[in-house]
Amino acid sequence: MSETSAQQAHVHAPPEGFIRKHVFSLDHKVIGKQYYALALVAVFTGMFLSWLMRIHLVWPDAKIPGLELMSKVGAPGGIMTPEYYLSLLTMHGTLMVFFVLTNAPFAAFGNYFLPIQIGAEDMAFPRFNMMSFWTTFVAWVVLMLAFFIPDGPPIAGWTEYTPLSAIGKDAGPGMQWGASCWGLSIAIFCIASLLGSLNFIATTLDLRAKGMTLMRMPLCTWAWFITSCISLLAFAVLLPACILLVLDRHAGTSFFVPSGIVASDRLQPHSGGSPLLWQHLFWFFGHPEVYIAILPSMGIVSHILVNSMRKPLLSAKVVIYSMMSIGFLSYMVWGHHMFLSGMNPLSALAFSFPTLTITIPATVLTLIWLGSLYGANIQINSASLFALGFISMFVAGGVSGFFLAQPSIDIYLHATYFVVGHFHLVMGVASLFGVFAGTYFWFPKMTGRFMNEGLGKLHFWITFIGAYCIFMPFHYLGLIGNVRRYQSFVDDFMAPYMGVHKFITIAALITGAGQFIFLFNLIYSRFKGKEAPENPWNATSLEWSIPSPPPWNNFGDKHPVVYHDPYQYGVKGSKGDFVMQDSPEQVPASGD
Amino acid sequence: MEIKRVVFVGAVMLAASTLALAGPDPRPAGGTISGKVSYEGTPAKMKPIDMSKEPSCAKMYTTPPIAESVVTGPGNVLADVVVYISAGAPDDAAPSTAAVFTQKGCRYIPHVLAFQVNQELKIVNEDQTSHNIHPLPKLNREWNKSQPPGTPPIIEKYDKAEFIPVKCNVHPWMHGNFAVMKNSHYAITGDNGTFTLPNLPPGKYTVTAWQESYGDQSQDVTISGGETKSITFTFKAKPY
Amino acid sequence: MMWAWRGTMGKFFAVVLVIIAVASAYPIVMHHYPLPEDISTHGHLIDEQLNETMIEAGVAFVGAQLVLAFFLWSFTGRKPGSPLKTFPGGAKGLVVFAFVIVGIEVLALGVMGQKAWASVYFTPASADAVQVQAQAEQFAFYFRYPGPDGKFGGIHPEKIDEGNQNYFGLDPENDVAARDDIVSGELVVPVNKEIHLMLHGKDVGHSFYVRELRLQQDFMPGLDLSLHFTATKVGKYEIVCTQLCGLGHYNMKGYLNVMSQADYDAWLKQQSQ
Repeated sequence: MSETSAQQAHVHAPPEGFIRKHVFSLDHKVIGKQYYALALVAVFTGMFLSWLMRIHLVWPDAKIPGLELMSKVGAPGGIMTPEYYLSLLTMHGTLMVFFVLTNAPFAAFGNYFLPIQIGAEDMAFPRFNMMSFWTTFVAWVVLMLAFFIPDGPPIAGWTEYTPLSAIGKDAGPGMQWGASCWGLSIAIFCIASLLGSLNFIATTLDLRAKGMTLMRMPLCTWAWFITSCISLLAFAVLLPACILLVLDRHAGTSFFVPSGIVASDRLQPHSGGSPLLWQHLFWFFGHPEVYIAILPSMGIVSHILVNSMRKPLLSAKVVIYSMMSIGFLSYMVWGHHMFLSGMNPLSALAFSFPTLTITIPATVLTLIWLGSLYGANIQINSASLFALGFISMFVAGGVSGFFLAQPSIDIYLHATYFVVGHFHLVMGVASLFGVFAGTYFWFPKMTGRFMNEGLGKLHFWITFIGAYCIFMPFHYLGLIGNVRRYQSFVDDFMAPYMGVHKFITIAALITGAGQFIFLFNLIYSRFKGKEAPENPWNATSLEWSIPSPPPWNNFGDKHPVVYHDPYQYGVKGSKGDFVMQDSPEQVPASGD
Repeated sequence: MEIKRVVFVGAVMLAASTLALAGPDPRPAGGTISGKVSYEGTPAKMKPIDMSKEPSCAKMYTTPPIAESVVTGPGNVLADVVVYISAGAPDDAAPSTAAVFTQKGCRYIPHVLAFQVNQELKIVNEDQTSHNIHPLPKLNREWNKSQPPGTPPIIEKYDKAEFIPVKCNVHPWMHGNFAVMKNSHYAITGDNGTFTLPNLPPGKYTVTAWQESYGDQSQDVTISGGETKSITFTFKAKPY
Repeated sequence: MMWAWRGTMGKFFAVVLVIIAVASAYPIVMHHYPLPEDISTHGHLIDEQLNETMIEAGVAFVGAQLVLAFFLWSFTGRKPGSPLKTFPGGAKGLVVFAFVIVGIEVLALGVMGQKAWASVYFTPASADAVQVQAQAEQFAFYFRYPGPDGKFGGIHPEKIDEGNQNYFGLDPENDVAARDDIVSGELVVPVNKEIHLMLHGKDVGHSFYVRELRLQQDFMPGLDLSLHFTATKVGKYEIVCTQLCGLGHYNMKGYLNVMSQADYDAWLKQQSQ
């Protein structure tokens, strides 16, 4: 795609003044950092909530200091009430899935690096881009408002199944205004995501530099591009679903509530609706959403691995096609969240087969990563540790999917801790490892300084070992039938397993504490980190050909021209064992 | 002559001092309305409560407790009926003591709690399980609160007179009632079905009896002095 | 010195991976977390499928971690100038492996696994199964038997009066069929007899789960759903709610009480009085 007038026409004026430079910025790099900052706040909030949950689970009678300040009604005398546990659970899930896992690997790094990696000066629609971030920010504020309203946050989980979420206060505490905050917040988030995805797609298709064919784009750019395609359709379904939910709650409609419902001794004034409809709409979004959470990390990890291995992957094309297949198949499997919901049992089989089929591209990816490591020259640093750790975690989380994809086995394992272990490993850990890897790798480019390597390695080991300690036992608990979303285990049945739960809680507290090492490293290095050159990792893609941090228009007055794919490693280049994408030098392909 | 005068003066002084010591009468002369609440017909048979879902409460009973929507006593009387002055008496300020509602054995004790507008209501949980008390008023502000074991008592008040059904959100069989009264003239019948409303100044009163399943009935009673007037309420029992 | 340091961490990573793989597999191999006993007629199909899947998943998990460990051990901290090598067969071989071996394996699991699913869902309850209606509400299960007349009374949501133990909203005054209906907090069933459980949701979504029966099904308000099962062992088993239904979800349970036929008949008789 040759450089067109389209590219020149999209340049915006250099930013002037504090507000334009740092607050309402049109610069994709600033917007990327803003998304990252929001994700950082959300992830520490979400982690704090999970600490409270884990502590309450194993010490339900404990008076938690300070909890009464958070909510007098939710924790009288510091003892957490059952509904407050569910509020924390709901907010934890919502914050983590939307504001961390959709924001950090996709919106944050994608915004920052996609334009640079394709050789563009900014996104196709910088104003939309700015709106996307600030709309996301408003969505976050509306969600957090739920903590401050008298009845508290909603208690129906991040999945907000109806009728529980649709009938209002008769369903329980937090289901009056808290659930409305949720519905409104997510609807606003959908709008922001739609704007963002449009931007990514238009930018990728239209603004690539001369010589940057689609197949020469780095794997993380491909991942962001595929993710934004999925995201467009997925959020387009969640948005009306949330609107319909808010209408059911406030406008007297009955999209999701049938007749004859009696809650709090009151016959609910609804009829004709279907709770199953909410589940279909939600999961039609919800399943692609989890691939939105993992694909960018797959791309980031692939990108970093190649650099750390000093040799290309066995086939970048296969990786691209695998990611595309995962994206495509992700739309055909949503019913596997609903095997036991009461939908036609034949449809369970119809959903089960594509779900099992997704194993194939996922296996291809894993085998390509592993196979590429063979014969490589692996450099160990904080970024590559997390990239390698991603492979381990992705496999760990992925194999539990074999079980859940089969409806027969799901009869037993549905809604147990087995499911919780599965999705935490793939989303909460693997996806986050991609974010950590990206942070350590790209920090020198974004700030001109290195993060502290020693602290980074310490952070990795605590997180890697800690995550296994926390989430591997969840699978065992699921096998014995430990049901999820319980605020406390009051039955004799669970008594023998409380030791396991205690172990998990302690591991969670220690691993969580380890994340403060990362936070400290991030903030300290921003100001006091060792200065980094332009290309500290001897990398090939376009972001390493510009200063650290990049100027407002990325490439200055130059319009980059691309001559190679981004994985020219293990070759005899003039600068070392690599050739940069914008370097015209031709080297023979490296062979064994 | 001298002795008669002394005795007379002495008697007057004695009478005067007795009157002085007695002081003015602190209460106006009060009449009393008392009586009995009974039923005619066959009341529905109250079923035993199945607490199997909550073993920590179920184990407190050797035989399962019986539901309390209609509590009868010997002689076809009704217990747990609130009898009160619904008209003719001025509103009273709330007493300073709290009305206590206890959750014990996964039941509400007492089944019907009467207290005054703006009187402090104190809710206590003596069970090993968490309860979530949910009164369902129509006039007052609706709220519900969880009370895990070990948490402090819940303190609330109501500012409008009303009969409020109370349920536990966690244990469906738990039901009770709050009778929020405007004045201090109320009583709840016991197992003998009787009630007494003392200290009523002269006036025309409307006495109302309320039973949670059978509704309410009223009668007018006039008190002229310190007499006791006796009335009976008879509710028609419903077989279902 | 830098090379040696980096090599050490790579090798340490490999060792950690091996420990993690072995430690994760150990509790499974040693059966430390056994499934609860199976008291159903169809459960063995599920258990067999689960074990089959566990072997394959276990091999894939442990295998992948060990391969990663081996490559990390071998290919970190290499001497400068060591030649780069390509995995034999390259990408093509791996893609073929993924499609053919893994693909067939995984799809075979799916095909074989549908037997268990079919036995629960594709066959209707037999005509002489014991009919019981289950109602899930915030936060208890109640079960209704038709009583001696063999007919269930109608459900009238506006007549629900829980303080009076009328959980189903029956109208015995006007509905004769409802007068002898038996309502119980326990699901009492005779052993070795098929039970037809009809699920009715009163308020929000709930779910019926008995681990020992290998049975789980959501209640969907507005939908008439049903399950059938045969319990093969006398005893008391927990029924727990597995669909988040509000603040009391953690405490929403009941008991499946499997009795001998004689005990069951005696219980029914006693309830009818």
